[in-house]
Amino acid sequence: MKTLTVNIVTPDGPVYDSQVDMIIAKTASGEIGILPGHIPTVAPLVIGAVKLKKDGKSEYVAVNGGFVEVRPEKVSILTQSAEVASNIDVARAKESMKRAEQRLQGKADATDFNRAELSLKRAMNRINVYEGNI
Amino acid sequence: MASLRDIKGKITSTKKTSQITKAMQMVSASKLNRAEENAKAYVPYMTKIQEVVGAIATGTSDGAHPMLTSRPVKKTAYLVITADRGLAGAYNSNIIRAASNAIAERHSSKDEYVIFAIGRMGRDFFVKRGSNVIGDVIGLPDQPAFSDIKEIARRAVGMFTDGTYDELYMYYNHFVSAISSEVTEKKVLPLTDLAVETGTTASYEFDPSAEAILEVLLPQYAESLIFGALLDGKASEHAMRMSAMKSATDNATDLIGNLTLVYNRARQAAITQEITEIVGGAAALE
Repeated sequence: MKTLTVNIVTPDGPVYDSQVDMIIAKTASGEIGILPGHIPTVAPLVIGAVKLKKDGKSEYVAVNGGFVEVRPEKVSILTQSAEVASNIDVARAKESMKRAEQRLQGKADATDFNRAELSLKRAMNRINVYEGNI
Repeated sequence: MASLRDIKGKITSTKKTSQITKAMQMVSASKLNRAEENAKAYVPYMTKIQEVVGAIATGTSDGAHPMLTSRPVKKTAYLVITADRGLAGAYNSNIIRAASNAIAERHSSKDEYVIFAIGRMGRDFFVKRGSNVIGDVIGLPDQPAFSDIKEIARRAVGMFTDGTYDELYMYYNHFVSAISSEVTEKKVLPLTDLAVETGTTASYEFDPSAEAILEVLLPQYAESLIFGALLDGKASEHAMRMSAMKSATDNATDLIGNLTLVYNRARQAAITQEITEIVGGAAALE
């Protein structure tokens, strides 16, 4: 069976680099599944999990936005931060979730509100990926 | 002439100073190694993003995204990347001089520009001069992660988008090698010089549209340009600090050599004088 090379790179270095059978990612316009031989595509990603299927098993990577570049043999995901499930610092994520929730409760102007909402989304995404409930 | 004890004291203190500078040199050398590794880890991200930005931005020539188009300049922003501490030779002063010269040349009033400062030395300089410093980050670790400057990068890019200023320049030291670096001025925004050398420009499908992707991509690209400059600057900071400390150690060694010579001469003179006195005393008794 054909496989795809997946590269997940962040400014702090590559996070994931391997051969997989299928990729499922959340883009701005919905989920897409990418199989080998996909037409060259670029799509922005939302904060969410990227599912990488390999030999019948699935791996999850939490990504914070960015975009995916698809070529027939190779997929690159460029994002400002990404973590493989096993590398997630879940205690930190829980703490930042709590902080973001508190900030959302309090009165704040629109930019602060947006920022808190984004940070809440990121934290929840990390926790979900870590616990594997996607 | 200084007394023997004075010279001895000077030698001891110079030796101690040279021990410190030597240690600082070695610390910087190891930090430089790490900084170079970081810069290397960052390269794949940058090449990739450049490739895609180039492919999309050239493919959609009609789509004049606000970040790609120059507009009449009413206000300019300068992002100055310096170190938090001195003792790095001319590292900080070179950047600050280049930035403040450029500002003095281009602007006649303080309302025409704003400053973002990364690093304490640059911030203090511009705050003291009464410039309008609207954002700063200090106390960055020696191996900065992207999250450390995400906030300021986002703000710098966001304020361009919402029209607070019409140009964003960046000043930092570009790392050439362990012994040389050069102050670099880079225009971050608007993105006018997109590298269009991607030979393998595949014709992409855009989902949902090229414009929507540029919306996500260009801010991310501009922010990563800033981060790249920071990594570059950190590497050259460590390199400059290393060579500054190396020359300090060398100077201290020279100084110790000279002082030892003076010390021995003075000691010899004292002995000679003592002998003359004894001989003179003995001759007087006869």
